[in-house]
Parts: sequence; structure tokens; C-alpha cells
Amino acid sequence: MAAADTGRPLVKAAGDDIVSRGPSRDAGRHTPGKGPGGLRRALSTHWYAWTMVAPVVVVIGVIIGYPLLRGIYLSLTDANERNVERTIGVNTIDATYQYVGLDNYVEAITGSQFLGTLGWTVVWTVACVSITFGLGMGLANMLNRRIAGRGLYRVLLVLPWAVPGFVSVFAWRFLYNTDNGLLNKILAGGGIDAVPWLNDPTWAKFAVISVNVWLGIPFMMVALLGGLQSIPSEMYEAAEMDGATAWQRFRHITLPGLRPVSTTVILLSTIWTFNMFPVIFLLTRGGPGDATQILVTQAYKFSFEISPRDFAQSSTWGVLILVLLLIFAVFYRRVLRKQGEVW
Amino acid sequence: MRRGIAATALVATLALAATACGGDSDGGQTKGKGGELAGEVTWWDTSTVGSEDKVFKKIAEDFKKKHPKVTVKYVNVPFGDAQNKFKNAAQAGTGAPDVIRAEVAWTPDFADLGYLAPLDGTAALKNQDDFLKQAAASTKYKDKTYAVPQVIDSMGVFYNKKMFKAAGVEVPKTIDELKTVSKKIKEKTGKTGMYLRGDDAYWFLSFLYGEGGDLVDAESKTVTVDNAAGVKAMNVVKDLVTSGAAKTDATDGFDNMQKAFKSGEVAMMINGPWAIADTYSGDQFTDKANLGIAPVPAGSAGQGAPQGGHNLAVYAGSKNLDASYAFVEYMSSPEVQAQVTKDLNLLPTRTSVYGQPDVAKNEIVGFFKPVVEKAVERPWIPETGSLFAPLVTEYTKVLTGQTAPEAGVKTTGESYRKLLKGWK
Repeated sequence: MAAADTGRPLVKAAGDDIVSRGPSRDAGRHTPGKGPGGLRRALSTHWYAWTMVAPVVVVIGVIIGYPLLRGIYLSLTDANERNVERTIGVNTIDATYQYVGLDNYVEAITGSQFLGTLGWTVVWTVACVSITFGLGMGLANMLNRRIAGRGLYRVLLVLPWAVPGFVSVFAWRFLYNTDNGLLNKILAGGGIDAVPWLNDPTWAKFAVISVNVWLGIPFMMVALLGGLQSIPSEMYEAAEMDGATAWQRFRHITLPGLRPVSTTVILLSTIWTFNMFPVIFLLTRGGPGDATQILVTQAYKFSFEISPRDFAQSSTWGVLILVLLLIFAVFYRRVLRKQGEVW
Repeated sequence: MRRGIAATALVATLALAATACGGDSDGGQTKGKGGELAGEVTWWDTSTVGSEDKVFKKIAEDFKKKHPKVTVKYVNVPFGDAQNKFKNAAQAGTGAPDVIRAEVAWTPDFADLGYLAPLDGTAALKNQDDFLKQAAASTKYKDKTYAVPQVIDSMGVFYNKKMFKAAGVEVPKTIDELKTVSKKIKEKTGKTGMYLRGDDAYWFLSFLYGEGGDLVDAESKTVTVDNAAGVKAMNVVKDLVTSGAAKTDATDGFDNMQKAFKSGEVAMMINGPWAIADTYSGDQFTDKANLGIAPVPAGSAGQGAPQGGHNLAVYAGSKNLDASYAFVEYMSSPEVQAQVTKDLNLLPTRTSVYGQPDVAKNEIVGFFKPVVEKAVERPWIPETGSLFAPLVTEYTKVLTGQTAPEAGVKTTGESYRKLLKGWK
């Protein structure tokens, strides 16, 4: 859609250009009327638009389409490091992996590893999204009022977003260090024993969720703040006149007013958190053991950390992640539509 | 005007793409006039950053003195990442170094994947009989030589002599003694007895050997990690941590261990020669004599530490093979090995070097030489490098109380049988 819209004025401009500069093409430009049909006409009138869109289509095809298809294909084979094609200098070793049908999927779905990891991934996603949304909503409401230093607070709260993700995650890793980390030094000052932040499975889960919440709040807050500002203040005034309490105003004006924004940010945040690779990988590498391993980090482990690298298993998990997220998106959309939301 | 911009952009993009493609086509020249070596050799070193790397960088760059037309590009890749990084680069066919410092267990794995150039009959191998048999074993795969041994090592207990004196204890010879010593240290000094790495299963091996176990038995093609000895060894390490005799971490183990030992927070650690240069930089060891090294404590069935070390291997896709062979020969030559021993206390791999007076007088070498001779050799099969990934997950799980020792070794055994098809 967007491409066609923006294409229009360009086509006109280009057309004029051609007419004024190159009369010899005139003949070509008049033929479409008698031509075989719509496609050709579309091509001849919109050729400039198509040309402009082509690079994008090609690039998307190459960087998304090809890896996707290749991944799906690999998940149907037994490809690993030892049997894929490789070229070392002048020697080429041919691929010897074979098509194995749906074996990988059957193995993943019936085994305990995938389901176990999925369980924690769901807990992680739900916890992160709900806490981030809750806190983001609270902060947005606070910052929507006229309080002293509002601008400063807003800047400070957006800070986690401004710092590159890996830098802040590494900073957190130092803070969490059991013996030398700042957090435990502060606790020791209060007479509390050192907490094994990243060494105990339960604490590690708590630690990764906290960092992700910290990273996710700015986005939630900014998005919700925008939503809040689009709610007309007359509604609050009218409600106040009718004697509505603060909670009633929040419940019946703010929440419904935020609906279009909040549904979108929850969907986005769910997809991002479900696949939040850097936080888990850089903070715990999925450890201790595999206590904090989510689906993407485990898929990465299959194809980059174990030896021989299991490309087939890794792509199987990748495809399953995609399917799960698609199902979620469709389901979510349907629920919203039932509630009368146009989306 | 619009068109002008589009055309400029197109030209710019094409130009960029063209330069990007042409970026890595240099370094192809192997020989200058008259057969003289020329070009660039990239070496990926994995030595400890901040201490060992400076020495190796200098020695590597000194190669220019022998071959003025060859430039050595020294790159230090952290040991933990190097295996994966090399595999990525070697498989992709771009970005791989000419020479890599490959850990002994990686060598057969890389060779099996076809990433290494066979060295038999090249300039890389000189005076082959001079190499220690143990060191040379890991460089051979399917009757070919794929690497040259650079250093050999094993593990021992590093201890803080001052702290031991303050607590009035002697070096523990068995695991039971280790526990009583740790307890005494805690009582007298308030510090923890030992640091045990919980994020790397290599540190588990000496306990496994101490109980008479091993990961696998390559001769009878049997997975042995999950037998009674394996269970016992897992129980031993778990007990060390839960009883407070040792402390551990599930992340950043090496750094935390070095920091704790160097600052006197713990009195002992199990470590190898690669940590010596870094340990000497700590507050506690400004007087080098304060560092004591002893054999790893014995378990119920005996005493043993793994034999490790590093080899230098040449990437099969190197564009500068001849210079790479010469560089590998240089780095493993008696002169360079003696220099490395002098600067870093690392153990040479050539018999002749041990005879040199400087090396013979070196205390650390004097300690580790007999340890290495007795050290347990792992089977040099391609899968040896793959055995740690499944083990470390379970090892950490046991130490952090997520899995029982029996279940931990059982899961490890299952992964091994999946990996080693047809093994018992």
C-alpha cells in the first residue's frame, strides 16, 4: 500500500520528465490502451514505482526470505557441522546430510527439553511483559501530571533505552557478581548475607527478569505517555463533575482511552521478550546449568556452542518459535476483534 | 534533480559493494624474489590476557627479524570463544587466521572437519623426535600430523603460603585432608579454604580421576562418566561446596577465582601453569615465594590430573601456507620455547629445552614436569572436544543444587552416547 501511495507523484513527475526530454518514447506510452491487459498497463504506468520498490523487494527476499526457507529446509534434514558443505582453501567437502522428514519436530515435541524450555520461556515472557507494563503504566501516569522536574524525570527514565543493550547487560553482570558486585557490597553494609544472584537458579531467574524489566520500561512508558496525552482532558473534567473518584476515572477513562496503544505495545513487547536473546545470553548464558535458558538461546547453543554443531535441531527450534509466535499473534488479534477492537 | 540524487546513490552503493568485495584479496603472495618468504601471517593466540599475551605478541612479531618481508598479525582471542570463532570463520571460508593456537582437544576436532593443513613434510615440523611423546600425541589424527605442540600442562593446587602458616596447616594430600584444612583456615583466618570453578568441567576432571573414573574409555568404546566412580566424583565436588570447604560460581569462574586467590580471599585453588603469570600480579604474591604449588589432592582411588596443553595448527585455507609453516616452526623452536619458559614459566614441549640450564633451574617447571609425566591423557578422538559441553551443564547443575549427582552423570552419559554413535 504505502509503496503505491508514495509512488504516484513520482510517476507523474517522471512521466512529465520523459515527455519533455524524450519525445521518441511517446509512441510507447500510448500503446497500453490497445495492449493485452492490466498487467502491462500497470507496468507501463507504474514502472517507476516498481523500479523504486524493486531493491526493497530484492533485499527483503534475500535477507528474510532465503534464510527462512533455508531454515525450514534444514529443519527437515539431519544437517550438522560434520556433514554440511564446506570450502577450505582449494578443497571442497560436499554436503552429505539427508532429508529426514518431520523426525526433528517429533523429537523436539515429544522430548522433555523443548517443553521444559518452553515452560520457562512462557513464565519469563508473561512475568516480564506484565511487570514492565504495570510499572510503565504507573510511571506514565505519574509523569503525565504537572510535577516539578518532569522533564528531567522523563529523560532519566528513558536512559536505559539510550544505552546500548549489551553495555547495560554487562554492567548488570558486574553488579550481580557474588563476591565483587556492588549489589552484594550494599547488602553487606546493611548486614545482609551475600545473595548468589547468578549462581542460584531461582535468584538467576529473578535477576534476568529484573534486568529485562529495567530495559523494557522506557519503551512502555514513552508509548503509554503518548497514549495518555491523546485522551482529551474534557472527559476527566466531565467525570469529575459527575463525582467519579480517581480510581473510577482511571478505570473508565484512562484504561479504555489507552486501549489502542496498550494492545500494540503488549503484542510487540511479548514478541520481543519471547526472543530476548542478549539479556539471557550475556547475563547468564542460560545458566546456572540451563535454568534460565529460553528457546532462542537454546537454539543458538545448538548451532554455535555444542560440538558437532547441530544445525538441524537448531532450525527446528527456530521454526517452532516462529510458529508459536504466529499462533499467539493470530489468537491475540481474534480476541481483540471479539472485543470490538479494530486492529 | 531527483534523478540526479538517485543516480548518485546508486553509484555510491555500487562503489561500496565493489570495495567490500575487493577487501580481502590481499596477502596472497607467498614468496618474493628468490624464494624469500613474504606476506602476512595472522595468528590467533588464546593465552591469558593481561599477562601472557604481551610476551607472545612480542615473540610472534619478532618473526620479522628472521623473515623481514613477513608481517605477523597477532590477535588475542579469549580462550573460551576461540573454538567457536575459529569454526565459524573456517566454515564460512572468510576471516579465519592462518595459524591458530588450538587446545589439545580441539586439534583432532578441527582436523576431522578438514579445517587444518597436514604438516608432514612441510617446514613446520623440524626435529620431530625432540617433542615429548605425550605432547605430540594430540597432534596426530588418522596417521597425519595436523599441529605442532606449543606448550604442555597439567593442574595442581596453588596455595597461599602465608595463609597456610597463619592457619597452621600443611598442604592437603587427600580430599579428606582438604576438608579439614579448609575448616581450619575458616576458623583461624575467616577466609574460605578453596575456590573450585563451577562453570568449567575441566576442573572436575582431577576429582573424577581421583575416584578412578574417566569420561570415556576409547579402547573398549564405552562411556564411563556415569559409572559408580563418576557418581562418587560428583558427590565429592558437591560435598566440597555444600560443606563450605570450597566456594564456586556459575559464571565468570576464571576471573572470580583469580581475583579471590590473588587478594587472599581464598587460600587455595586448582589451576595450571597458564595462571602463574597472572597470579604473580596479585597483592598477595608480590613476593613470588608466597605461592606454593602441590599436586591435586587424591581421591579414594588415586591421584590424577588431566594432561592439557596447546598446539599450533595451520588453517587449510590459508593464503600464505609457506610463511605459516615457517611461523609455526619458529614458535615451537627450542629458542622460543626457552624464552617462553623464562618469561611465563610455561612448560616446553621439546625434550632438548628441558636440558637447558635456565629451564632446568625453573622451579615451576621443576614442579610441573613430574606432574605432567603422570598426568592422565585423554583419548585424542574428534569428539574429545565435544565432551565438555554436556558435562558442564550438569556439573553446574549439581553444584548449584538443581540436580542430584546420580541424575547429573546419567544425563551426561546419555548425551555422550548420542554423540558417540555405537558406543556402550
